[in-house]
Parts: sequence; C-alpha cells; structure tokens
Amino acid sequence: MASIIELDRLSKHYSSSIVAVDNVTFAVEDGEFVTLLGPSGCGKSTLLRMIGGFEDPTDGAIWLAGKNVTWDPPHRRDVNMVFQDYALFPHMTVGENIGYGLKLKKLNRTEIGTSVQGALSLVGLEDKIDQHPYQLSGGQRQRIALARAIVRRPKVLLLDEPLSALDAKLRGQMQLELKHLHEKVGISFIMVTHDQTEALVMSDRVVVMDSGRVAQEGSPNLLYDNPNSPYVANFIGTTNFLDAQIARVDGDRTRISVAGVEIEAVGETHRRAGDAITVGFRPEKVRILKDGETGDNEIPGEIAEVVYYGLGLRLSVAVQGGGRVYVDSLLPDRLADSQVPPVGHPVRMALSSGNIFLFDEGVA
Amino acid sequence: MRFLSEKLPGVAVLGIPLLWISVFMLLPYAIIATYSFWTKQYPTFSPDFQFGNYLTLFTDPQYSKVLIRTLKVSLLVSLFSFLLGYPFAYFLAFRCKSQALRTWLYMAVIAPLWVSYLLRAYVWKTILGTEGVLNSFLMSIGILSEPSDMFLYNQFAMVVTLTYIFIPFMVMPIYTALEKIPRNLVEASADLGLRPIPTFLRITLPLSIPGVAAGFTMTFCLTFGDFVAPFLVGGPDGNLVANVIVTQFGTALNWPMGSALSILVLVIVLTVLSLSGRVERHYSPKEV
Repeated sequence: MASIIELDRLSKHYSSSIVAVDNVTFAVEDGEFVTLLGPSGCGKSTLLRMIGGFEDPTDGAIWLAGKNVTWDPPHRRDVNMVFQDYALFPHMTVGENIGYGLKLKKLNRTEIGTSVQGALSLVGLEDKIDQHPYQLSGGQRQRIALARAIVRRPKVLLLDEPLSALDAKLRGQMQLELKHLHEKVGISFIMVTHDQTEALVMSDRVVVMDSGRVAQEGSPNLLYDNPNSPYVANFIGTTNFLDAQIARVDGDRTRISVAGVEIEAVGETHRRAGDAITVGFRPEKVRILKDGETGDNEIPGEIAEVVYYGLGLRLSVAVQGGGRVYVDSLLPDRLADSQVPPVGHPVRMALSSGNIFLFDEGVA
Repeated sequence: MRFLSEKLPGVAVLGIPLLWISVFMLLPYAIIATYSFWTKQYPTFSPDFQFGNYLTLFTDPQYSKVLIRTLKVSLLVSLFSFLLGYPFAYFLAFRCKSQALRTWLYMAVIAPLWVSYLLRAYVWKTILGTEGVLNSFLMSIGILSEPSDMFLYNQFAMVVTLTYIFIPFMVMPIYTALEKIPRNLVEASADLGLRPIPTFLRITLPLSIPGVAAGFTMTFCLTFGDFVAPFLVGGPDGNLVANVIVTQFGTALNWPMGSALSILVLVIVLTVLSLSGRVERHYSPKEV
C-alpha cells in the first residue's frame, strides 16, 4: 500500500506565541482510516483544515498522491470534507446538494443522476432525494453530507467531528455505519474527534495530538496497551497513576517500589535504581484478591468508595502514600448476589507485570 | 371588577396600538379613499361616487408621465443603491478581517441617518451646483473651462441625491443577510470544486436574496414617496408623484384628484411590498 497523503513537518503559527500545529509529520496509506484525536485546542481541526486547503500552513508541505498541494486552493484538491455541522446548502434539495460537486466533472445529466442515486443508496436515503435539508433529522443530514462528499470519489475524505452533533445512541450507531461505509468505498478517511471511544471503534490508526504536536500514533490496540506518556494513557481510557521509584533493574525486569511494596514490571528499560518514575495501570487489569488467595505484584489498600455503574463496579482503593487506585470489575451476576466489600475494608490487589506502564514524567 | 383586572393588561396591550392605528392610519386612509371618488367643483368639492379621478390619472398624460418618471427614478435609485451597496456589504461581511474597521465602516453607513434628511439633500446642491465642489474640481484639473449647470436640477441630480440618502436602507438588510450565511457553506462549495465566482453565484448570492429584496423594497418605496429631493435638486421636469400630490392638495385645490393619486401610490407600494415579501419567503433558507 502506498501513501496517499503525506504531511511533511507541517506547522501553523497564528503568531509567534500561538502555535496551532507544530511540526507534524505523518502519512496516511491508501484506504486507511486515520483518526486525529485530542482535546479541543490541540490543533487537530487546524491540521484537517490545512489538508482541506482552508488554512495555509506557516511551514511544511502536504503531498497528495505524490503531488505537492500545499498551496492549492480547496477547489483544486482531490479531497472532500464532511463539515462538523454538515454545511448542507439550505436552498437546495438533497439531490442538488449531492450533485453540486459533480457538474464540474464533465458528466452529463444521466451520469450525474446515476451517481447521486448511487451515493444516496450507499447511505440508505434514496427516498429523500427531493427533500430539503431542513426536512431531515440530524442523522439523515449527516448521511447526506457524507454522500455529497464521497460522490466525488476523492482520494481522501476528511471528517471534522462528524458525529459530535448527534445524540449518544445515534452516535454509537453511526460509528459502525461510518466504519462499514469506509470499508465499502475504500477511500482513505481522516477523521478528527475528541471522543476516544469513537477513535478506538472506527480507526485503523489513531494519531493522538497534544498542543499541536503528535503525542503518539499507532493502532487503537497499541495506544491502549502501550501508551508512551501519561498524557496518552490518560486521554485514551482511564489509567491509575502512582509515584514510584526504581528499586533494581535486572535485565528486562525492573523492580519498583510503590505504595509501600515492591512490584515488578517487564520490558527493557533505560532507567537505573533510584530514578523517580510514574507507574500506570488500567483499572480493569487490577484484580481484587479473595482471602487466602495470592497473586502477582500484590498491593495492599483499603476500600474508599464503591460506585455501581450497571455494567460493573468501580472501586476506589486508597493505598499507602496517599494514592488512589481505581479497580473496575464486571459483576458476575446481579449486584445483590456478589459480595461487595464494604468501605473501609482492607483489600489486596494483584496486577500482572505485563500490564504495568512506566513513565519518566509525572501526570500533567 | 375581577374581570376587568384580569383582562385589563391584555386589552391595553392590544387596544392602545389598535386605537392608534385606527385613528392615525386607517381613518385618514378611509377619508382619502372617500375623497378620491368625489367631484371637484372649484373652489370646493362635492360628495360623489365616480371613477373620473382615477380615469384621468391614466388618460391625462400629465399624470401618467409623472407616474412613469417616478417609477423610473425609484427603480434607478434602487438599482444604484444595490450596485454600490452590495459590494460594500459583501466586503463588510466576508472580506473585512478587522472587527474595528468593520464597526467603523458600518457606522459610516448608519451615521448619516442621524443627520437631518433635508441637510443631506441640500449637501448635493453644494456639490453639484454651478458654484459647487464638482465644478471647482473639474475646472481645477482643466476638464471644464467655466462652471457648468448641467449637474444640478435634473433627474441625474435627483437619482444621485436619493441614492445617497437611501443607500443605508440597502446596505443594512444585505449585510444582515450576508452575515447570517454560515461561512462553512462557502467552504463546502470550494471543497466540492467550485471556484470563488461560481461559489458566489450559486451559494452566497441566492442566500442573500432576502436581504436584497428587503433593500430594494425599502429604497424603492422611500423614493416613490419622496418629495424633498425633487423639490431641491430635481429642476423643472423633476416632479415626482409626491410633488404632484402636494400641489393637488395645495395650490391646485383639487383634493379628490390628490386623493386618487395617493390611493394609487398606496396600491403600487403595497403591491411592491407583497411581491418582495413573496420573494423573501421563497428564498429564505428554512432553519436547519
């Protein structure tokens, strides 16, 4: 697979002190679904708008299918955008909206008609062709916006927070629909979102952004299981952080003293005994040990809070040194049937060495 | 008592304006309409019901000429206001990046409205007159050797003056309409491959039509009823309908004819209003 789009040290400065995008380099493969993920103000939307041609970069280059398009205006770029609030033309019907970008492609009336029909059936709204945008629901408008963009068969489809205007239930449904649409049309998608679930569910690859820079990029799975910084660990999923110190390094095993005990993490490390570090681990990877049971890397603590959220329980456990650790556990059956430890009860937690992240920096 | 205290606010809210409109608008119109069917018997008029006055309006070239002239001047004023006002409003809404500059330019359009209407019309007398600024300028650069009286006291002067006076009423609604167009519609059009000019013609212009219609209506109707500018700068053949009406009620002492003319003006203005209302509704984007 070849790269369809390449960003080469792309930067956007609004002034010397306001930097929206800072030296971003990455490539998108043909047919890939890439998500730019980050909190608002991290530069992800600016980056997308630069790819679309709506903002000029201060520095760097954008290559589209081997051609430098950095300074091309939007109408000359073979990319199309699905805008956050869809930007459907209110004075045109659904059919006119979708056909809008086709008139220039030197197609005749019948060909345009066929393309429009095809795009509409792709999003399952064939019967809406003569309606106006105001007659459609939010989800339908979203689909029309999609149809209008993909009917032009762009090399890359850009999606700016496409699902943010929908309610939670519809959003979940549209996530899958969008993913299936991507598989069907085979065009590269670049999506911007601040919703980590959306990013994990839909993308082949996620680019996590922080203050205009790429914090980490990789498959959803890689980012979840091997975050390279507390920022990424915190942004994707929930992570427990505890201050710790390296006790001993022994080949690819590292002994760490944390919360009054010593635990062991695996993996090569550049760290040495005595280094102050931050330890991270996911709430669902922690196991509460029953009486008499033993496990790896036992950490003692005391139940501080129990929260029931339907799918399971989230325990907040106070550990030595003032830290708090969340432990998620699915309930085997009904809540009443399980034995929920009461608040104040001492517990022991177990954590397997492979699930421990070590970070040099603290949590921002 | 209780009934009164409960209903009083509602009665007052609806009643006072209703009374106001009845006494100061509907009643005068009714009187004018009645007069328009009366007959003139110099030096008074006698009650009657006949269409002679209206017939005269259409058959006597004296009236039809003025009507057509008024129509022409009104259309020209609307047209020039549009041609000058639209680019200005477009610049304000889309191109002007500085908020401060935008405010100043907008104020420059609004501020003249605070100056007396008469003064604003009179200003053009000083600009266009034989001793005026325009003549001095043209002489100083050598285009004219002596002052010309060709600029003042004609329909050209009238159209210039009225365009100047009424152009804010064109700029304001167009600016409002342009301001309301979401910027991402323009971006979406560019994204779908259209260059700036086709984008303007297919997105920006159609979506601003309600503002254009409102601007046209206001400048047209205001010009149609104007009688000061013709009086000040219009010259001998610059009379508009309103001037004729003034004469009919004044020196000519022909109230029935003046009334008939007034009713005709009212009908024309109402027709324009309803037409433009229809245009506005047709082009107004439905809420998305």
